[in-house]
Amino acid sequence: MGAEKLIKDFEAIVGAENVMSSETDRHAYSYDAAVLDPVVPALVVRPDTSEALGLTTKLCNEHGIPLTVRGAGTNLSGGTIPHPGGVVVLTNGLNRILEINEEDMYAVVEPGVVTATFAAAAAKKGLFYPPDPGSQTVSTLGGNVAENAGGLRGLKYGVTKDYVMGMDFWDVNGELIKTGSRTVKCVTGYNLAGLMVASEGTLGVFDKIILKLVPPAQAAKSMMAIFPSMKAASETVAAIIANKIVPATLEMMDNFTIRAVEKFRGAGLPVDAAALLLIEVDGHPAQVEDEAAIVEKICKANGATELKVAKDAAERDAVWQARRDALPALAKLKPTCVLEDATVPRSKIPAMIEALEDISKKLDLTIGTFGHAGDGNLHPTILTDKRDKAEWARVEKGIDMIFDKALAMGGTLSGEHGIGLAKAKYLEQETSRGTLEYARRMKSVLDPKGILNPGKILSLQDLG
Amino acid sequence: MADIKKLAELFKELDDQLVGCMKCGMCQAVCPVFGQTGRETDVTRGKLALLDGLANEMLTDAEGVNEQLNRCLLCGTCQSNCPSGVKIMDIFLKARAIMTGYFGLSPIKQAIFRGLLSNPKLFNSLMGMGSKFQGLFTKKVDDLLGSSCARFNAPVIKDRHFNTLAAKPLHKIVPEMDSPAGSSGLKVAFYTGCVIDKIFPHIGEAVLDVLNREGVGVYLPANQACCGIPALASGDTKTFDKLVAHNIRLFVEGDFDYLITACATCTATLKELWPRMFSGDSSLKYDIEQLEKKTMDISQFLVDVLKLEPIEGNGDRTVTYHDPCHLKNSLGVTSQPRAMIQAAGCTFKEMDEAGTCCGCGGSFNIAHYDLSKKIGSRKAENIMNSGAQTLATSCPACMLQITDMLSQKEAGMDVKHVIELYADGLCK
Repeated sequence: MGAEKLIKDFEAIVGAENVMSSETDRHAYSYDAAVLDPVVPALVVRPDTSEALGLTTKLCNEHGIPLTVRGAGTNLSGGTIPHPGGVVVLTNGLNRILEINEEDMYAVVEPGVVTATFAAAAAKKGLFYPPDPGSQTVSTLGGNVAENAGGLRGLKYGVTKDYVMGMDFWDVNGELIKTGSRTVKCVTGYNLAGLMVASEGTLGVFDKIILKLVPPAQAAKSMMAIFPSMKAASETVAAIIANKIVPATLEMMDNFTIRAVEKFRGAGLPVDAAALLLIEVDGHPAQVEDEAAIVEKICKANGATELKVAKDAAERDAVWQARRDALPALAKLKPTCVLEDATVPRSKIPAMIEALEDISKKLDLTIGTFGHAGDGNLHPTILTDKRDKAEWARVEKGIDMIFDKALAMGGTLSGEHGIGLAKAKYLEQETSRGTLEYARRMKSVLDPKGILNPGKILSLQDLG
Repeated sequence: MADIKKLAELFKELDDQLVGCMKCGMCQAVCPVFGQTGRETDVTRGKLALLDGLANEMLTDAEGVNEQLNRCLLCGTCQSNCPSGVKIMDIFLKARAIMTGYFGLSPIKQAIFRGLLSNPKLFNSLMGMGSKFQGLFTKKVDDLLGSSCARFNAPVIKDRHFNTLAAKPLHKIVPEMDSPAGSSGLKVAFYTGCVIDKIFPHIGEAVLDVLNREGVGVYLPANQACCGIPALASGDTKTFDKLVAHNIRLFVEGDFDYLITACATCTATLKELWPRMFSGDSSLKYDIEQLEKKTMDISQFLVDVLKLEPIEGNGDRTVTYHDPCHLKNSLGVTSQPRAMIQAAGCTFKEMDEAGTCCGCGGSFNIAHYDLSKKIGSRKAENIMNSGAQTLATSCPACMLQITDMLSQKEAGMDVKHVIELYADGLCK
């Protein structure tokens, strides 16, 4: 049979121990963190050298086998769910930090390095890698780049794309493509590294990534402010930024989430508060003092009923514990937890919150909302049980409505979770038919057999 | 296929618990087995997906799933870090019971669990004979650790460095006891557990010594049986139920304020698994619940209840501490053993990854020794890098594993139970 021969070919490239073909192994790579149906791949391979990764890509292309690259499988939009009959290519055998350069403040990494491991290694050398997606203790840098992952520090420090200086990646023919450089400035050719960011594994297979590092802030101050309405909290956010202060983090929680977190941790959050802001300013100690004082004043002027400034590391940790608890606390309430990330311009947050409340009432859905108020990236979290078919239909309707509202406000489908399989059908609504056609034409030239993570971003249904 | 259908039906019972896993994958950060292999089938998310696959008839290879299910230390680290609070240990133990019901118990496990463990008297006398003859097959390798290895190539023992059976088990040294409360006004029951009884009787003596010194009365019934965890972990609920019932009937006879053990695994089994997993004689349920409330680890009792005074004199012995999974993950007991080390006058040094599993996992160590050894090696390196002279812990099963690892690395360190440090004044 052809399959046997193919397995032998893959074994020759990556070694027999790195080819998994049993039913159990294949089933264990059929899903990611998105609430979508699993798809079982035909084979799972784990290259542990750069060459093996290139040869794997080439072999897949020669046989027209769909290829899905997988890091930690924490994707929330189905970007790592394989294609039927396809091969899953694991990157956790490629997890070496090749260089951390303190003089020029950059690092070179393989795609399977875990985000938090890398950030800790950079911190050991006195440098700072800011992107901090919620899954950072397990997520991989290759996955972060492929999804353009964000995190809590987006407002001041930007997201993954702001730290990609260059990369080497394999094209479908097994050619190593080099783009970008170790220099701050580089205009040599097309910015292909920029094209690779958020490409979700559909345009090339990452081999090495050059990441920018920055000096860490010398001081930071955290505070928690409580508001009688979401409107007051949102106006505070707008006022802080209007005062030319850009906090490192500016997070919001609605009443439902506050109650869930309090029930979960019992740390004394006010359960009748309508909204809560968690704010951290960082920088030079003197600047931090100044900015913290102004933020405090703005909060009070905008109706904050209570304000707690963390006095030491333990209190600072308690502030952020509340934020870290948000998702687990909500997730425990119901079996299924659909975490959305539709994003709107900051000024539209009050309108978006209102729209979410409206959707929740209209469709009788439980929605808790928290998220990155500073950058307009909210996480409406729908709590449900996917086995309840009637409610699930309403959840799907609710997701449609959330996207409609976000787009109507000039927002976007996804702030940081990606399009994947889950949101491909909405893409035209935000962009245009022409945009999709342009993307398809590009993809068809770079990947003529369509092997690179088919169906992600560009839906297969309306391929014509 | 008909059989797979039947099995799927059984696994459907777990559906309500399985559905709670949101597949976030955060367990990848903490699972010691996944840390070594990087394979999704080795991490909890993957295992739960496999069980779900069986329940929904997406998989046909039940044997393959069973094999993966057993590649788990049951250390519970995933459960204590699970963002959606999935009751992972319940699922795994129930799944193992379903698998054992379906595939049957291996003949060797049948002989051990149903023939030996269920009959404490027979178990004791066989082990007694074993302790007399073991010298023929083993030789000492490390005096400090008291470890031995096989004299000639042995299939199960492999290259292990192990603690041999004690010449005189605890039940021979102190057959039973029922002393009244002394100056403390308190009386405790002492559940010894198999490893302390048969391999480390000195830990048991240390417990009795400290309790006596502190004026605490002791109820120590004869003929105690295994707590049942080895049987339950192998899906043998029949033996588990039998052992729980045997022990409960022994302890309801006594009148005491607390039940203490010096074995993290026994403590966690009594507190967590007896109430939740016992499916035998329902008239015992009430007694099990009452006993659960009284059960605690020895250091928890000494520090939280007795408010232990530090002993006189301060030595320069430096000690580091390994958190047994069954105290840290299952019961959240971490500060009391450290407080005891300091109360014993030792200089305490925290090691890296103190709360990471040692890799023992009971029968995991037997079935997957290579993997167990890799996890244990990392533990040993962290212990050695701490710069301490002595490794202390609160679980005799961890002591067996860590002794093996340190002995193989010729670490020149010794391994003690925290109660030994205190009782023997080792830091004075």
